[in-house]
Amino acid sequence: MDAIILQILNGLDKGSAYALIALGLTLIFGTLGVVNFAHGALFMIGAFCAVTFSKILHSSYTVIDETKTDFLGNPLKVDMTYVEKWFGNAAGGTILDWAVPLSILFAIPVMIIIGFVMERGLIKHFYTRPHADQILVTFGLAIVLQELIKYFYGANPIPTGAPEMFRGSFDFGALLGFDANTIIYPYWRLVYFVFSAVIIGAVFSFLRFTTFGMVVRAGMADRETVGLLGININKRFTLMFGMAAAVAGLAGVMYAPINSPNYHMGMDFLVLSFVVVVVGGMGSLPGAVLAGFLLGILESFASMNEIKSILPGIDQIIIYLVAIIILLTRPRGLMGRKGVMEE
Amino acid sequence: MLGLNKKDSVLLLVVTLLAICAPFILNPFPTGSAMAQFNAGYPDLMQRFVIFGIFAIGFNILFGLTGYLSFGHAAFLGVGSYSAVWMFKLLSMNIIPAITLSVLVAGVFALLIGYVSLRRSGIYFAILTLAFAQMSFNLAYSVLTPITNGETGLQLALDDPRILDAAPANAGSLPYPSLFGFEMSDTYIMSAGAWQFQFSVGYYVCAIVLLVSFYLAMRLFRSPFGMMLRAIKSNQQRMNYTGLNARPYALAAFVISGMYAGLAGGLMASMDPLAGAERMQWTASGEVVLMTILGGAGTLIGPVLGAGFIKYFENIFSKINDNILHQWFAFMPDGIEDIMVTIVHPFIGKGWHLTLGILFMLVVTFLPGGLVEGGQRIGRLFRRRKTGRNDNADSTDSTKKPAE
Amino acid sequence: MSNNTFTRRGVLRTGAIAGAGVALPTIFTASSAAAYTNEPMGSSVTLGFNVPQTGPYADEGADELRAYELAVEHLNGGGDGGMLNTFSSDALQGNGILGKKVEYVTGDTQTKSDAARASARSMIEKDGAIMVTGGSSSGVAIAVQGLCQEAGVIFMAGLTHSNDTTGKDKKANGFRHFFNAYMSGAALAPVLKQLYGSDRNAYHLTADYTWGWTQEESIVAATEALGWNTVNTVKTPLSATDFSSYIAPVMNSGADVLVLNHYGGNMVNSLTNAVQFGLREKVVNGKNFEIVVPLYSRLMARGAGENVKGIHGSTNWHWSLQDDASKAFVKSFGTKYGFPPSQAAHTVYCQTLLYADAAQRAGTFNPCGIAEALEGFEFDGLGNGKTLYRAADHQCFKDVLVVRGKENPQSEFDLLEVVEVTPAEQVTYEPDHPMFAGGALGECNPGS
Repeated sequence: MDAIILQILNGLDKGSAYALIALGLTLIFGTLGVVNFAHGALFMIGAFCAVTFSKILHSSYTVIDETKTDFLGNPLKVDMTYVEKWFGNAAGGTILDWAVPLSILFAIPVMIIIGFVMERGLIKHFYTRPHADQILVTFGLAIVLQELIKYFYGANPIPTGAPEMFRGSFDFGALLGFDANTIIYPYWRLVYFVFSAVIIGAVFSFLRFTTFGMVVRAGMADRETVGLLGININKRFTLMFGMAAAVAGLAGVMYAPINSPNYHMGMDFLVLSFVVVVVGGMGSLPGAVLAGFLLGILESFASMNEIKSILPGIDQIIIYLVAIIILLTRPRGLMGRKGVMEE
Repeated sequence: MLGLNKKDSVLLLVVTLLAICAPFILNPFPTGSAMAQFNAGYPDLMQRFVIFGIFAIGFNILFGLTGYLSFGHAAFLGVGSYSAVWMFKLLSMNIIPAITLSVLVAGVFALLIGYVSLRRSGIYFAILTLAFAQMSFNLAYSVLTPITNGETGLQLALDDPRILDAAPANAGSLPYPSLFGFEMSDTYIMSAGAWQFQFSVGYYVCAIVLLVSFYLAMRLFRSPFGMMLRAIKSNQQRMNYTGLNARPYALAAFVISGMYAGLAGGLMASMDPLAGAERMQWTASGEVVLMTILGGAGTLIGPVLGAGFIKYFENIFSKINDNILHQWFAFMPDGIEDIMVTIVHPFIGKGWHLTLGILFMLVVTFLPGGLVEGGQRIGRLFRRRKTGRNDNADSTDSTKKPAE
Repeated sequence: MSNNTFTRRGVLRTGAIAGAGVALPTIFTASSAAAYTNEPMGSSVTLGFNVPQTGPYADEGADELRAYELAVEHLNGGGDGGMLNTFSSDALQGNGILGKKVEYVTGDTQTKSDAARASARSMIEKDGAIMVTGGSSSGVAIAVQGLCQEAGVIFMAGLTHSNDTTGKDKKANGFRHFFNAYMSGAALAPVLKQLYGSDRNAYHLTADYTWGWTQEESIVAATEALGWNTVNTVKTPLSATDFSSYIAPVMNSGADVLVLNHYGGNMVNSLTNAVQFGLREKVVNGKNFEIVVPLYSRLMARGAGENVKGIHGSTNWHWSLQDDASKAFVKSFGTKYGFPPSQAAHTVYCQTLLYADAAQRAGTFNPCGIAEALEGFEFDGLGNGKTLYRAADHQCFKDVLVVRGKENPQSEFDLLEVVEVTPAEQVTYEPDHPMFAGGALGECNPGS
């Protein structure tokens, strides 16, 4: 039982990342009709926003420590951060410790600007072009973005820690009334799950309860009619693109402490998030979220030893197997609408 | 000629000529000169151009004609390679049985996957094919290792049975794939002054296969069957209303294109007897999609150009290093030399992906029809210059579909 | 059949081209038959450095490339000579190899067997490389080793740790300086026994590909010989990025040691996840829970940040070694690039020197001559103490380092500390050891 609950937690956690990326992808599909292969790269850039922000916070000056030596035998150069100098060791240390959550503030404007520039500078020329062209251009963009990151940050993963108080794990099972020490779960993974639930909720309520969101939803359903009503739908769609980029970016920022970011993490998630979107049904936001969590949980279950011993290698293929079964039994995914991306 | 109209015959002749003269055309710079870095006329790369050309031609039969975007075509190339290597291990080093088996196995595999996947269309179809290919890749890499030799890739071994072949004279070394005594790795090197040209048996075998494949694809494009496939792309519903079931046609196209991929896989294993699982990864499937779109989807020659373009960058640009840059810019004053090296540095060697990504974006933004359209524009430019009088003369021409 | 007509001009034009084509061969001279593949004819000799420049191991590849450039500089008499001064063989004069200046070409393996072979073939066919070296994974090393055997050039393996490279996939033209999975197990076992006792329950997570399996087999055998019990061995997909669902079952499995048979990105993530789940604070069966990483790479371990502290593993070489050779190498590498070299850099530097030295001693670039000079070659002064290139399987036998993640690193490079130097005798095995059985070296192939 405790094993199953642990795997459900793991699944929800993985699912959060899938759902957030798929949500942004679906927004772009649904509103702009663009297949965005650069969406994984946006997730990756989000994670590197956290890396960059914590680098900025850690910007430092050098003090030479005569008592120690470096690997060549010269006096050791010790880096002192400005933050600690200005705010004192205690306050400065806390700021540095909280670098990742703080970088959300940094990432939102950066991601929205990146989204704007992408849409105005490149994507808008491809609205009327075939999907194949969109794939080629966004794939090219994804390569360029990840190579730029590699050029500046190298290919190795960069450790980006969570704040001290969220490191390590605690006895989650005790909260639910299980025996002590059976369900131990890391803090930050729960933070990640709650965070993504909040973001998903925010996106949905934005679309549901604001006029802006209403127009966008109307545009998703019938772009032409909305245009005929004299509403400048393109401008709103640009904003939507910025928002989708920000959602992917935030998913990346908060993911950084879970697994150290590297430049190809976007490509690792790209294919999976496409599968998630399609399994959820093209153009359906609730579908994308549902499919994200569903695939996350199934993937976690498939990696349990009990299941692997019956079906060796099932954890390698489970996502694709489920995708095939769902697409064959439900022609348009879980919650897809007719006529979207079927031509 | 051969049942082709004039335009197609010319195209086939041009392709034939290019294929025959490739060792010269691809080696324009003298060996040892600074520009020799850009020479592509060595057997391995020439073979790759041709093999990926075949792969892309086959993919285009499906994608260019029917519009069905398969994101799992690399799986067929992979099973083709595995079949061929197994044939080398068990039966004979002759490439004919190996390639025959790869085409057949890939065809059967394509029939199975196609039968299931073609129940859906559009992006749902793409994801189904992707899912099948990724499952094949993941399993080949891990659980199926007894058949595929996993990460390392399936290789020949000294103790393979090879029941049809006579015991080799030299028992301590591996035999090479061959075609009735002609070993694929044999190369005749011709030196002409500073130039060196390499004529490889393997390359010419590939080239002949390419020409046959190209010719068959041409006939297919022009046949009633080809028209039927185009009908699927332009309006499947209307086709259904005329009482025709589109699915068998699409399935036939899928299987044919899968067999082309298997052929490419078999040839690849014949040129270099190793079959690695990475050949089936989604990135490999994506690569052939990119090749086709980049060259010009739906055109005959486009996919071959796209394949050459991508393989050239992968193999030539990745090998340029700072040392070579310094040689190139050595004629400049020291300061400027260093600046030039610094500017070019991010785009070469380990940065070849960056160059490729930028080129993808440029080509697709400015040449919507792919490289083929680029060629046509240049062609039109020359024609316009020749006529010189009427700028509008070609305006009707530009609305035409790209030549096929 | 033909439905097209050539215009007269068209025929003339094609005729002219054909004529030129026929005329050309008269000025050609077929190249003279060489004694072996790519026999260097001019005043220089070309080596092929085939390393991952894209993909997850790109940084390791970059470090290998730096070491290669340094080795070439030293071979040609530049720089401070590095380990040439400490190497026990003094055949090399600093004037290239056999008087020929050393030049090199580089390529990108992409850490894919296919791409690596394409790159190696291009070096051999186009650039006339007489030797190919490099790589950062066993699959690639075995694939390229096979190619070099067929093409008739020497392959000096870079970072490859699988038993198979000099086990069932060994080749007469291939040589490995790096240690292997068996040696990791043999070196770690005594240290683990001393630290954690002989009554332990180990849980293994293993990357699901050939290297992972040989690593698991080796470490399971070594720890079971200590009396440890193996609770479970679980394979994880290579493509996995999040290991939470593999780590979670460890907690209630009754195991008190977790062995991570992972490398590179897999290792960084699985170790990070294991620490996140609080495994290190756990007490099971009255003992502290421990994590072991059999193969450490300092470059990659940096990605795991603080999580490596106190975690034991093995490594081929580490820059903090205090013998003359290591110091000389760290000095010349550090002076040129500003940071200490990785174990990958060290091993490829050694491989280049060993190749050059063998050619010098053999007096030829013929692969068979070089192989003969390397087989059974005993040397010292390359940073690992006394070393033997065993003739039976072309594996180097030398001391293996057991290391631990440092508690108080002084700099970003100061990540590991050497716990013990396991002497070569302790990690030596018979050539027909079951983990290395099958396959044969074959005969050396000099090519054409």
